Amino acid sequence: MQITGLPLHRLHQKRLGGEITTLQIVQAYLERIKAVDKELGAFLYVNGESSLVQAEAVDKKLARGGKIGTLEGMPIAVKDNFNTRGIPTTCASKILKDYVAPYESTVTRKLIENGYILIGKTNMDEFAMGSSNENSAFWPAKNPWDLERVPGGSSGGSAVAVAANLAAGAIGSDTGGSIRQPASFTNIVGFKPTYGRVSRWGMVAFASSLDQAGPMTQDVEDAALILKAISGHDELDATSLKVEVPDYLRSLNQPVKSMKLGIIKNLDLESCDSQVVDIYKESINFYQKQGVELVEIEIPNLEHVVATYYIIGPCEASSNLGRYDGIRYGLRSDAKALKDLYEESRDLGFGNEVKIRILLGTFALSAGYYDAYYLKAQKIQNIIRHQFKEAFRQVDAIACPVTTTPAFKLGERINDPLKMYLSDIFSIPPNLAGLPALSIPAGITKNNLPVGLQLIGDHLQEGKLFQLAHFFEQNHPIEKPKLMI
Amino acid sequence: MDFEPVIGLEVHAQLATHSKIFCRCSTEFGKEPNHNTCPVCLGLPGALPVINRRAVEFAVMLGLATNCEIRLDSQFARKNYFYPDLPKSYQISQFDRPLCEHGWVDIEVKGETKRIGITRIHMEEDAGKLIHEGEDPNASYVDLNRAGIPLVEIVSEPDIRTSEEAKAYMEKIHSIVTYLEICNGDMEKGNLRCDANVSIRPNDKAPFGTRTETKNLNSFRHVQACIDYEIGRQIDVTLDGGKIIQQTRLWDANKKQSKAMRDKEDSHDYRYFPCPDLPVVDIDQNLIISLREKLPELPDDKKARFQEDYSLGHYDASVLVVSKEMANYFEETVKNGATAKTASNWITGDLSRFLNETKTSITESKVTPERLTGLIKLIEDGTISGKIAKSVFETMFETGKEALEIVENQGLKQVSDETQLREICDEIVRASPSQVQEYKAGKQKVFGFFVGQAMKQTKGQANPQVINQILKELLS
Repeated sequence: MQITGLPLHRLHQKRLGGEITTLQIVQAYLERIKAVDKELGAFLYVNGESSLVQAEAVDKKLARGGKIGTLEGMPIAVKDNFNTRGIPTTCASKILKDYVAPYESTVTRKLIENGYILIGKTNMDEFAMGSSNENSAFWPAKNPWDLERVPGGSSGGSAVAVAANLAAGAIGSDTGGSIRQPASFTNIVGFKPTYGRVSRWGMVAFASSLDQAGPMTQDVEDAALILKAISGHDELDATSLKVEVPDYLRSLNQPVKSMKLGIIKNLDLESCDSQVVDIYKESINFYQKQGVELVEIEIPNLEHVVATYYIIGPCEASSNLGRYDGIRYGLRSDAKALKDLYEESRDLGFGNEVKIRILLGTFALSAGYYDAYYLKAQKIQNIIRHQFKEAFRQVDAIACPVTTTPAFKLGERINDPLKMYLSDIFSIPPNLAGLPALSIPAGITKNNLPVGLQLIGDHLQEGKLFQLAHFFEQNHPIEKPKLMI
Repeated sequence: MDFEPVIGLEVHAQLATHSKIFCRCSTEFGKEPNHNTCPVCLGLPGALPVINRRAVEFAVMLGLATNCEIRLDSQFARKNYFYPDLPKSYQISQFDRPLCEHGWVDIEVKGETKRIGITRIHMEEDAGKLIHEGEDPNASYVDLNRAGIPLVEIVSEPDIRTSEEAKAYMEKIHSIVTYLEICNGDMEKGNLRCDANVSIRPNDKAPFGTRTETKNLNSFRHVQACIDYEIGRQIDVTLDGGKIIQQTRLWDANKKQSKAMRDKEDSHDYRYFPCPDLPVVDIDQNLIISLREKLPELPDDKKARFQEDYSLGHYDASVLVVSKEMANYFEETVKNGATAKTASNWITGDLSRFLNETKTSITESKVTPERLTGLIKLIEDGTISGKIAKSVFETMFETGKEALEIVENQGLKQVSDETQLREICDEIVRASPSQVQEYKAGKQKVFGFFVGQAMKQTKGQANPQVINQILKELLS
């Protein structure tokens, strides 16, 4: 019987129907990890023993006639930048190689309260900086649809875990596309919520004003389930929003007819892979045929988003990553003098991409440069925020590609950071504007490579995104590509 | 050649909140190293700050008490630098949008009142502490109990011109923060400390000279001594044809001199930027109104009222209001029935002296306001003489007994009974014929001899007025 690869809400149905047990579910995923993850490299840590013990406990509860929630006993993979008490949290960095978190992140605490099983911690670009997972200090994760290609990043390991059926669902984090781009590359659903919807407490900071956690799942319903579980105000995060969390499951089957979908007039599709453009156009045409009204909108400053992002992100990162200094935890060089200790620990501990961004940010914040870079970037960010606000007066959601290409080959862009950065042009705007956005599987290229469609929502309008995405998923079936492993 | 010093002070005050500024850890002093810590103040990956509203309220109160404008959209900023006592590698402070700005306080030096401008008051977190003694003699240790204790930094305008003014300003700030009960004001524990910016110029029309900043002055005396030292040093350098260089200096209280810590070119670039983890500090007018209403009477108002209500002199009133506790003590004493002027004399005189000598705070004094009133009443109704009262006070201070009890037990009551005193005086006059002769021959001074004898025989308890009167009669 098929277990792995099914959405977790369906696994739950089967479990309630007595077809399978929680233990079987967990065992199936652990076996799959054992069989293929050496090749795929999705996990940095697998929580085997403990997962099985937890699974048995859930089955016993069910056998006793206990009521169990959908997420209870479900093996979910968590990106390795979420603090999980007693379990290593490395951010795929040498500087935190042996770091074990003494406290729990709010996201995982909420999942624990829902009874989830942490099946393992997933690979990522070091400190979530990257779009290919090649910046992991340990090993790159590989795309299960083509093992020579990257799964995207920075939540590459989480994407692979879901796409290659190594976990029933996963948690990622998204600063400039780190959930959506790998979701697009691996044919899964990836959801970045409104900034402040999900608490950042215990999620290791990269760029604090942009970072947001979210689900990565087999289908839209799973994403709604997990997002509902992890959302909500948190007293421990001053930027978390004090608003009620709606029941996203109720949005799923709402009709989409006469909803308005924004199409960005000034979108630069020139730089895109032609198959990506074709899939995008075909997707919006589908919506139109189904009675969704397409409305042309303009976000005039879109061409500045990459530059803006690569100022704000590195500035915040340069400050956030200062704490990895070898003094209290993490890697420490054996240098005797204080200055040497700092320099050597950080030199040995950080990889190149992290160093590049720390240098960029340190430079941009330096005396005499602040106004020209950080302040200007903030102004553009405000303008973009305002332009989206204006656009959402006319539309319910905005559609655009997630990224410019399908998954690229390992090593292909490692020496061309600018090209790597520029491919984030479509995924960055929602982070700069603090808006919710998701990626859903939208098509397959001739080379068996998945391509996602991005939907961007208004502030706190996650429900409308679920509505549109669920409709698309249910009524626009795409042929699933063939797993290469 | 004359020089005019130009001085500005940056005073750091620890806010007396129960918990730290960005987490729930206790601020209790004296705990084992790293006892009062959590992921936030340890700077662990993923931990986030949340502002302590009480600390904000304290800072607003200080702003109101120093006539500042309160910013309704104040913002925290990160001050980035590496040091082992700074666990996040940045201090959360405020930069271009401080909580309070454009205030002032009045100080008084040699009877003259002077207004000192306050540029800004901002909030920030304290850093930890390095300990260089421990198990391993080659290691340094970090104690983060202090990391995250709320501080306010009060930056004055360069309006101060002498070290006396600087000391008076510092004392004024101390009075205000302790009146507001937002800071314990214990300078030895570093609750209140200051950095002094000093420069000199040839005259009061000349532009400001290059300034130096001397760090970490933790007593009123150090502030004054350090500024005198620095003015002297700058004058010497200038007269020798040298140039003052902009630098940070460190005061050595033992040697009573400072040494250069770092020059301007070595100064940090702190790379300030708004802290993305903390939203704008949301303060509404209602909060300001309610905090203003709750402000206690401040030293200047109290002084004016003491002069008015108790007909105290300017000096007495000024001394009494330096601390809220002393002012309260005074009012309590008067309320119990003591005469204001007498109460003031005792409090600013003997009581203060004994408190200082024994390093006791006035609230811990065994001589309570009630007991002091008891003593004053005994003097005023003639039960004891002023001289006896001084020794009674000493016993009261040591034992905490009532004045009356001491007077009765030791038989110290003043003798005013005329018949009894006349007998004693008679005896003395009779026994001292030569002195009587001298006195009658016009040697007035000898009168003192008779008084002294009478006092001796009555163990000082004789009412001097009655004695005088009787002796004058007998010797006439």
